[in-house]
Amino acid sequence: MTPFQTARTLALAASLALPAPLALAQAPDPADWAQVTEAAEGQTVYWHAWGGDTATNDFISWVGDRVMAEHGVTLEHVKLSDTGDAVTRVLSEKQAGEDADGAVDLIWINGPNFAAMKDAGILFGPFAEDLPNWQYVDVDGKTVQTDFTVPTEGLEAPWAMAQVVFMYDTADIEGPLPSAEAIRDWAANNPGRFTYPQPPDFLGATFLKQTLIELVDDNAVLGAPVDEADFQAVTAPLWDYLDALTPNLWRQGRAYPASGPAQIQLLADDEIDLAISFNPNEASRNIAQFKLPETIRTFVLEDGTLGNASFVAIPYNSGSKAGAMVVANYLMSPEAQVRAQDPEVLGYNTVLDMQALSDEQRAAFDALELGVATLSPAELGRVQPEPHPSWMTRVTEEWIERYGVVQ
Amino acid sequence: MSRRTISGAGPFAAAPVLTVLVMLGPVAAGLAGTLLPAFGYLPAAGLDAVSLDPFRDLADWPGLWPAMRLSVTTGLAATLLALGGVALLFAGWSGTRAFRALERLLSPLLSVPHAAMAFGLAFLIAPSGWIARALSPWATGWERPPDLLIVQDPWGIALTMGLVAKEMPFLLLMALAALGQTDARRRLRVAQAAGYGRVAGWLKAVFPGIYAQIRLPVYVVLAYSMSVVDVALILGPSTPPPLSVQVVRWMSDPDLSMRLVASAAALLQLALVLGALALWRLGEALVARLGLAWIERGARARLADRVLRPLGVVSGGFSAAVILAGLAGLAVWSLAGFWSFPEPLPRGFTAQNWMRHGPGAWEATGLTALVALASVGLALALVVGCLEAEYRRGRALSQAGLWLIYLPLLVPQIAFLPGLQTLLLVLGFGAGPGPVILGHLVFVLPYVFLSLGDPWRAWDGRAGTVARALGAGPLRVLLRVRLPMLIRPLLTAAAVGVAVSVGQYLPTLLVGGGRVPTLTTEAVALASGGDRRAIGVYGVAQTLAVMVPFAAALMLPALIYRNRRGLHG
Repeated sequence: MTPFQTARTLALAASLALPAPLALAQAPDPADWAQVTEAAEGQTVYWHAWGGDTATNDFISWVGDRVMAEHGVTLEHVKLSDTGDAVTRVLSEKQAGEDADGAVDLIWINGPNFAAMKDAGILFGPFAEDLPNWQYVDVDGKTVQTDFTVPTEGLEAPWAMAQVVFMYDTADIEGPLPSAEAIRDWAANNPGRFTYPQPPDFLGATFLKQTLIELVDDNAVLGAPVDEADFQAVTAPLWDYLDALTPNLWRQGRAYPASGPAQIQLLADDEIDLAISFNPNEASRNIAQFKLPETIRTFVLEDGTLGNASFVAIPYNSGSKAGAMVVANYLMSPEAQVRAQDPEVLGYNTVLDMQALSDEQRAAFDALELGVATLSPAELGRVQPEPHPSWMTRVTEEWIERYGVVQ
Repeated sequence: MSRRTISGAGPFAAAPVLTVLVMLGPVAAGLAGTLLPAFGYLPAAGLDAVSLDPFRDLADWPGLWPAMRLSVTTGLAATLLALGGVALLFAGWSGTRAFRALERLLSPLLSVPHAAMAFGLAFLIAPSGWIARALSPWATGWERPPDLLIVQDPWGIALTMGLVAKEMPFLLLMALAALGQTDARRRLRVAQAAGYGRVAGWLKAVFPGIYAQIRLPVYVVLAYSMSVVDVALILGPSTPPPLSVQVVRWMSDPDLSMRLVASAAALLQLALVLGALALWRLGEALVARLGLAWIERGARARLADRVLRPLGVVSGGFSAAVILAGLAGLAVWSLAGFWSFPEPLPRGFTAQNWMRHGPGAWEATGLTALVALASVGLALALVVGCLEAEYRRGRALSQAGLWLIYLPLLVPQIAFLPGLQTLLLVLGFGAGPGPVILGHLVFVLPYVFLSLGDPWRAWDGRAGTVARALGAGPLRVLLRVRLPMLIRPLLTAAAVGVAVSVGQYLPTLLVGGGRVPTLTTEAVALASGGDRRAIGVYGVAQTLAVMVPFAAALMLPALIYRNRRGLHG
């Protein structure tokens, strides 16, 4: 095949590709909201978000209906199996010089992926704190301006709060397990009944971090980049712990569920009795939807559990930035937040400050009932801050080397 | 062949050239796009230091050996078992009523998408799956599922079983097509008259002729089984996964330099496939030698029938049972309310899952149909062009031409699609249905060609002669006589093409940049979530998307020929 022929083939490919959007709008000024909404009308926003959770998919689809009705914005959910795919996409587009109308308009993001995009300078903004609904956001009480210790600087807008809980089957476990050590000991007595999603899955990596925080004496070291610490010394207790735990895991640690929902299916099939979740309400919702038995309840560890916010960010080369901002703003609206917190829909805690809302808006939140397996805010207890994102990356890499290629 | 007849191909002379270009262009471009980064050259990512570092990084990956071993063992085992099963089925049963029944059962199963089959099988054999539920607790004593590593086992047995079940219908159909050209019935009769057992006689007298005809499809099965991604994601192990799955993981790493390692691994995958093909070729020579000695010894082996005949029907039945039970499992899950172990059926049935996921599946069906119809339309136009050019030149496809057609199916998708994706991106058209349609065309075209070739050549040329005598030009003969007479094989070829297009996972994902969600990509994305009800809905929708065109291909000709019964091609 000569280069000439290759070029011809590709030219054919080009002629068959759908026409690109005609006008590449100038980046709108988020502070001029009237201009943003005007520019947004008729735009199509490709929201790249993990597609493995059907409840979230339904929520995104509902958001699409609402922004279409209110602002004429078409929302397309690009269902990723890994958020890294979207980051790679934007990076490759930048390298290829596609600066005006990339494939990604909005990403559900946090942690290392955000840090990577921020570092690479491929995010649009700042925009988040100029959005009209920012006025309702609980800036003081919730970690909405830092993402895994990295300042967001308006480059991403929060839309949900998450906290680690453990789901357990009361038919098989008598009561909450207070610590990582208690989990390990329980697993030793009940081999094969616990597992976690296989890192680098987000939730699996979260389990590693949660355990690390439990086992490390002084958590301050985790707040700084991993390069500034003695990684082997700090993480040694984690590997000792996992060496002891792994033989007692489901399938002796020779296989892992691919993701959080896959782990829930194992719980439903009664293959396991204990599973981690990043949504305090996930168990209740799945019970309500007949996907988990009614005997499932949740607990948190005595020293508290990890918590963080989920964000959306806009790549620098989105061709529909106005539309993306409209979606980000809508996600922070009291209407969307009530729905996201509804245990029957998603059950994520809101990012909003109740004091900033009108009485009527607050009443809508108050009217939400806790699900059967959901802990109250008081019971959820202390929220542990996320370690610096570099810890998640390093711990995941180390895990893969130690446990991910064992056979 | 005289100069005059070559020019006689007229406007169709360009079709074969264009076809080869459309099929091999992307493969060659993609391989180039893989080759350069594998040696460190990826200027798009600011990397242009040519070196062997990507291969060193690859060698440093601790999972490399098990990943390579998995790729080779599952691929070879799946191909051997599928071929052996088909051979035994033919040897023991061809010409019988049981054979015809199995043939009718297996043929449509060819079109069931790999991903749907894999989901079905996973639910069937898991420790908490359907088989265990049906037997628990009364037979097994299991009140809760045992902690057994069945799906995702480190040896890739579940993956191999899935591939065997899925590839048997393909080899069966290929062998059926070859049967007519090998004079099988008379050979077997002669062998049996000489006192040979049924199985031994068939293996000695008929199989060598058949195998010579289906050698290329067997190679396709081997190359495919070694480098499959979607089935391996669902049924294969993950600590580590087979090499092809790991390539996809590296391709989607946020760190662009991992693409270099991915490219190096993709080249390694290609080398593995080539090595396995060479090994298989050696095996052929060895089997031929041993077989010849076996034939010359003249053993009648009548007793072997008692063992091998049941084995043949069991292997055919295995394939059909696995696929059908898997599909039934998907259908039940798509309608399931709460369903816990060890209940053999859900506590209640509900339409809720379809109401929730139906609209999304319907939307994906639209894009799936657009891509499938466009790629199949292009493929049909090119194939008809090629066949017409071949007819007008009076020269049939050479062996080399056949290899060209099979080439895109022999090169592992994972070896050239990542390169193609990078290349398309650099050239500025990386997303949207257009490139995906062309990407699908590469894989649809060979199957359409293979499906349409024989009936096209078998057309009775006298009808054309009569039309010419009545004053019709060659184009008119094609449009008004030949195509209408061949409407049945044309529709069948189109249905085969649609099935191939619907089932494509990697080309859609990589070339489409995620913006072209089809039923298959959505279903595989959902698989990572493990929501069996949603997977059930998408799996059923995916299967319908290929079954409906097949049904149409069967029924439409009956309608069209209603008043023209004599016009069958």
